[in-house]
Amino acid sequence: MTALAIKWSRRNPWGFLGVSAVLWWSLYQLLAPAAEALVAALPVTSESALSHALQFFFYDTPKVLLLLTGVVFAMGMVNSYFTPERTRALLAGRHEGVANVLAASLGVVTPFCSCSAVPLFIGFVQAGVPLGVTFSFLIAAPMVNEVALTLLLGLFGWKIAVLYLGLGLTVAIAAGWLIGRLRMESHLEDWVRDLPKASAEFAAEALTLGDRIELGLQGVREIVGKVWPYIIVGIAVGAGIHGYVPQEAMASLMGRDAWWAVPLAVVIGVPLYTNAAGVIPIVQALLAKGAALGTVLAFMMSVIALSLPEMIILRKVLKLRLIATFAGIVAVGILLVGYVFNAVL
Amino acid sequence: MKDIKVLGTGCANCKNTVALIEQVAQTKGVAVTVHKVEDPRDIASYGVLRTPGVVIDGQVVHAGGVPGREKVEQWFAA
Repeated sequence: MTALAIKWSRRNPWGFLGVSAVLWWSLYQLLAPAAEALVAALPVTSESALSHALQFFFYDTPKVLLLLTGVVFAMGMVNSYFTPERTRALLAGRHEGVANVLAASLGVVTPFCSCSAVPLFIGFVQAGVPLGVTFSFLIAAPMVNEVALTLLLGLFGWKIAVLYLGLGLTVAIAAGWLIGRLRMESHLEDWVRDLPKASAEFAAEALTLGDRIELGLQGVREIVGKVWPYIIVGIAVGAGIHGYVPQEAMASLMGRDAWWAVPLAVVIGVPLYTNAAGVIPIVQALLAKGAALGTVLAFMMSVIALSLPEMIILRKVLKLRLIATFAGIVAVGILLVGYVFNAVL
Repeated sequence: MKDIKVLGTGCANCKNTVALIEQVAQTKGVAVTVHKVEDPRDIASYGVLRTPGVVIDGQVVHAGGVPGREKVEQWFAA
């Protein structure tokens, strides 16, 4: 099917985009009535716990998957303008401060996979991107990504999604700036420090609209193809919580009065890296049952931004002290986000 | 005989890339040697920022993500 779509998009890219957008929008409008009709057709009593759970599952699963497909496709096209090579050229030789802001923002729109973290890190440092600026990029890129933002948009609404975007960028900018101030260049592995300087120049590929559409479709196949099982399981668990866990059950455990809830959320969040897509629907259900927003945000950020596997990969280029500093600063930033929100809201 | 190197620190995408290249080479009847390059030092020496990267006879031909089948077929159409 993708092969057919690619062929069509090559011949008539604008037509393809137009028809896809209309189709997507119509499907989206159909979701709520379809879910209602489906649950009504099932032999369950309406207004029962089971019916609430089913309603949540049958509405939110297709909604999130559809949103994700649309956003990942659009981001795949946007990403094709912001290759890591171009980002590196934009950042090389800049002074810290403004460059941290730029790096974190570019982190959102530059395609990034944690398995590329090491070559990317080396490439940035080699081209003269300051260490702290490199970290701003490296923190923002995985934390503020389109999958997390889409799930937040679909399940929490746009306010929380924007909040997460703003806070994620703030943590990345501040943590990178601080790491730059600490002058930790000597804590790079020796061979990385001794690498010959490389030029940040690059030859941009000339892409047509058809090429960018193909990259968008490729992104959908790769990303949506990978995360959909997590999302389904996550929403199923979330649906169970919605239907069966009593109201306010989470208030004492994860409510704003429990001071230890924020650090605990961060500690639990770190090893949970790969399940980011599945964690957000569960967290949304917990929020509905009285968990505090700051605690929930801190949990999501630590799941997504601080991952054990990524730190193990980064150990190949960073000495332990720099990794510990990086993790420590980001963790403190996330804790602050959690506490501030619990205090304010 | 084409000498092919797949650059990557060992993620699933790198393994898929190796498998895809071997499969396409076999169906096209092209003799190849495929090596994986996992040491970050060696990957850096090719100047690749995104993995998996593909190097054929010393030339970087691809970086970032599993290459499309069509792209791989083009490498062997000579």
